[in-house]
Amino acid sequence: MKTKFKVDKHILIPKHSKLSDSQKEKLLEKYNISMNELPRILKTDAAISSLEPKPNDIIKIARKSPTAGEAFFYRVVVDV
Amino acid sequence: MAESKNKDEAVKATAIKEESKKIDESVKAVSETSEAKEDKEATKTDAKKEKESGIEPQEVAIYKQVKNITFSVLGPTMIKDIASAKIVTPELYDKEGYPVDGGLMDIRLGVIDPGLRCKTCGSKLKECIGHFGYIELARPIIHVKFVSVIVALLKASCRDCGRILIPKNKIEKYKEMLDSLDKEKGVEEKRVKIRGIIASLKTVAKCPHCNAKQKKISLEKPTTFIEEDKRISPIEIRARLEKIPDDDVQLFGIVAPKVRPEWMVLTLLPIPPVTMRPSITLESGERSEDDLTHKLGDIVRINQRLFENINAGAPEIIVEDLWDLLQYHITTYFDNAIAQLPPARHRSGQPLKTLTERIKSKEGRIRHNLAGKRTNFCARTVISPDPMLELNEVGVPNVIAMKLTVPERVNSWNINYLKKFVERGPKKHPGANYIIRPDGKKKKITDETKEASLEEIQPGYTVERHLMDGDIAIFNRQPSLHRMSMMCHRVKVLPGKTLRLNPAVCHPYNADFDGDEMNLHIPQTEEARVEAEILMEVQTQLISLRYGLSIIGCVQDALSGNYLLTKGMSMSRNEAIDLLAAIGVEDFSRLPRKEIVDGKEIFSVLIPEDFSFVGKTKTNEEVVIKNGKLIEGFMDRSNLGEGSGLLLRNIHQKYKKDFTIQLLGKIFRLGIEVLLRRGFTCAVSDTDLPEIARIKVQETLDNAKNDVNNLINDFKEGKMEALPGRDIEETVEVRILEILNKARNDTGEVIANFADKNSHTMIMAQSGARGNLLNLAQMAACVGQQAMRGKRIEKGFEGRTLSAYKKFDLGPDARGFISNRFKTGLTPTEFFFGAMTGRDSLMDTALRTPKSGYLYRRLANAMQDLNVGYDGTVRDSSHKIIQFEYGEDRMDVSKSEKGAINVKRIISMVI
Repeated sequence: MKTKFKVDKHILIPKHSKLSDSQKEKLLEKYNISMNELPRILKTDAAISSLEPKPNDIIKIARKSPTAGEAFFYRVVVDV
Repeated sequence: MAESKNKDEAVKATAIKEESKKIDESVKAVSETSEAKEDKEATKTDAKKEKESGIEPQEVAIYKQVKNITFSVLGPTMIKDIASAKIVTPELYDKEGYPVDGGLMDIRLGVIDPGLRCKTCGSKLKECIGHFGYIELARPIIHVKFVSVIVALLKASCRDCGRILIPKNKIEKYKEMLDSLDKEKGVEEKRVKIRGIIASLKTVAKCPHCNAKQKKISLEKPTTFIEEDKRISPIEIRARLEKIPDDDVQLFGIVAPKVRPEWMVLTLLPIPPVTMRPSITLESGERSEDDLTHKLGDIVRINQRLFENINAGAPEIIVEDLWDLLQYHITTYFDNAIAQLPPARHRSGQPLKTLTERIKSKEGRIRHNLAGKRTNFCARTVISPDPMLELNEVGVPNVIAMKLTVPERVNSWNINYLKKFVERGPKKHPGANYIIRPDGKKKKITDETKEASLEEIQPGYTVERHLMDGDIAIFNRQPSLHRMSMMCHRVKVLPGKTLRLNPAVCHPYNADFDGDEMNLHIPQTEEARVEAEILMEVQTQLISLRYGLSIIGCVQDALSGNYLLTKGMSMSRNEAIDLLAAIGVEDFSRLPRKEIVDGKEIFSVLIPEDFSFVGKTKTNEEVVIKNGKLIEGFMDRSNLGEGSGLLLRNIHQKYKKDFTIQLLGKIFRLGIEVLLRRGFTCAVSDTDLPEIARIKVQETLDNAKNDVNNLINDFKEGKMEALPGRDIEETVEVRILEILNKARNDTGEVIANFADKNSHTMIMAQSGARGNLLNLAQMAACVGQQAMRGKRIEKGFEGRTLSAYKKFDLGPDARGFISNRFKTGLTPTEFFFGAMTGRDSLMDTALRTPKSGYLYRRLANAMQDLNVGYDGTVRDSSHKIIQFEYGEDRMDVSKSEKGAINVKRIISMVI
């Protein structure tokens, strides 16, 4: 079997990473929110397939931004 | 007593309820509060009690949360339950003109006559919202709006046992499938699936439950059902629908027992309250009934006749005829625009407006009344410019000023002032149209009633006086895409018939004067006026929140004028004072005391003494303002223009809105005043060229044409080499286009070098007021290549653009190059090419405007309730985060300079 094309390594896919539990807590405290108020990402999303996501994980996305250089977005993993 | 009971109810009401019964209770509680308020005695004693227990009586509020809404079909029991009267007679009024009991205007259905009281709720006109009634139909009638559902139900269920035509063992499977579809993909998908299932059942010949043979059912529009050439009566249909068990009904997407299929065949007809079909009294005293009342009258009459005939044992044919007639009337009562039925008409021949027509389409309830709101105290006319107005003023024609009014409450201090308005009456300008008594009665002021009104008026009254100078008005131009599309202006009453505005505020409204109309609204309460003034007045909208620069600036003549003034104009001191006085400057102490003053010094008078600024002109020359003096450079569009340059932005930053708007008005008028004194015009001679220039232009064009011809020859001889990624034909095209474009640019440069810099056309181009060098070059030198979709013109005839040319001629002239100038005129073929591209671009803009408008509208609607929180997050209405930092950099653009924060400037300001 040849090496499969990896979407998450593609230049147009911004970097996705998983938050640790303490980071998670910090984030929720910073914005004074619960998980429900976060945007969502599908567990099956190709960009995070290598992170082995579980529901309720928080994914940090570092996007390039024309205004800020780099901007962070957070999404909570949901099932289906 | 009432209060304490009420409290109990209120507590109950706070808990969320689903059942209608309980909601009824809470509604009762609401009505009881209002009763309690009326009963002063009771409230007083209760208030005492409440105070003792520490609760303010006003604080008792009933909160209800809507958990869900169910839409269903009205069944006969429900119709009877909500009805407060049974209608039995088509008569409306008795001999005295009093509504008949059991008639369609029965006072149990609500009241529309002043003085009468509703028999159901006991309240008066306008208090009683009306109540439903019902009639009992002699025979069942098909409801037209449910015909399609009835067809589906009949076709997919057994005519004998009423079960759905799906084998027993499969029913569960179908149910599960529909349930999961509902959950996962939503109701829409489920409906599609149901339609599919029903369609597949049409061909089932034998009932899988009772083995009964199925017959083919067809619909003869609108409401007749045929089963193998035999008509099925509504009675039979209703009987069949009754037989379908609740469980099977689910498979049709109907939630039994909340909705039963047999309810789609009417046995009772609800009669809407009279309040939704009020009669109007004509001037002759005659009553004219609403269309719905007419229709209901027909229904009741035919229904009565049908009853009588059935009871008298009339022959079946007569009964059936009447039955069909009743069906017709009830069908048209619901919808009078059914294709197969002739619409029911008035005696005059115009079709009746029944239930469906009331709701549907542009003139219907939804789009006309609910979505389309209208206001009083507004005006609309054509707009025209008036630079002598302040930027935050609006010129209002005096005819309009005498129609629009502002209410002013009379008190002991202003009574004499307001009496003068009343004295002048409605026909003399600052007069008054109405006085309002403390009880809310409105009295019109006429020449006859003037004296009486003047006597009557005392503190507590309100005078609706005419619009005057300085009143507050909201000015608006559609499409209102912006918040700057609605701004607050001060009224200035002027002669004439148009609304006038300062041309500098055209930009935020996107207005011009080619026939544009604008709207004017007069806020009627003190609160509204204050709000408009603080939040919406023109000066508050100066800095665009889109790019952080002033969106209001100088335009047109004001730019040319300031350009001329600041770029080396000089005049005697007396002339300068005259000029400044004309624009409203009164303090000339800052004008240097010398015989001749130059333009920069005149301009500097307007700028505050402690203001310093460094900027660039359009042509990248330095502009220096030091301590309120323009030292270097001149004013042009990049400093004074709308949406450009930091001059206005910095003045706004330092001196705030009110000063900026004043200054802007003065600079604007200064420009115009300069032009007025100097004279300014465009002439054909502006496009005159010296002999050398003409030769140079001709040379450039000739050379270019030669080059192109050589290129074509090379191509024809096959000596051309293709550019990467293109074939040879494309290569020639690209290279020809290159040469011709270069030629045009070169001629432009010749113009730039040789044209008279002091011609007025050039001044306009240089100051940025109107036009550019290219326009001038097209007039004076060469119009250039006409292009469609980025290519030279190539369509038309086979192998050529026009029959004037040989086939496959690739030369400049044959493909739309216009080597003439507008001044000398174009050859017929050139003119035709120009017309082609002209038409093309016209069509393009005409098609693009609505497209981009709709695109913007969708965007605006999708984002309208997003907001930026105090923590910098962008959230939607349910506090979900959309963006973690507003704009990703948390910048408030309206507080920036063109989207960036100039740290250097801030530091230099601090130090």
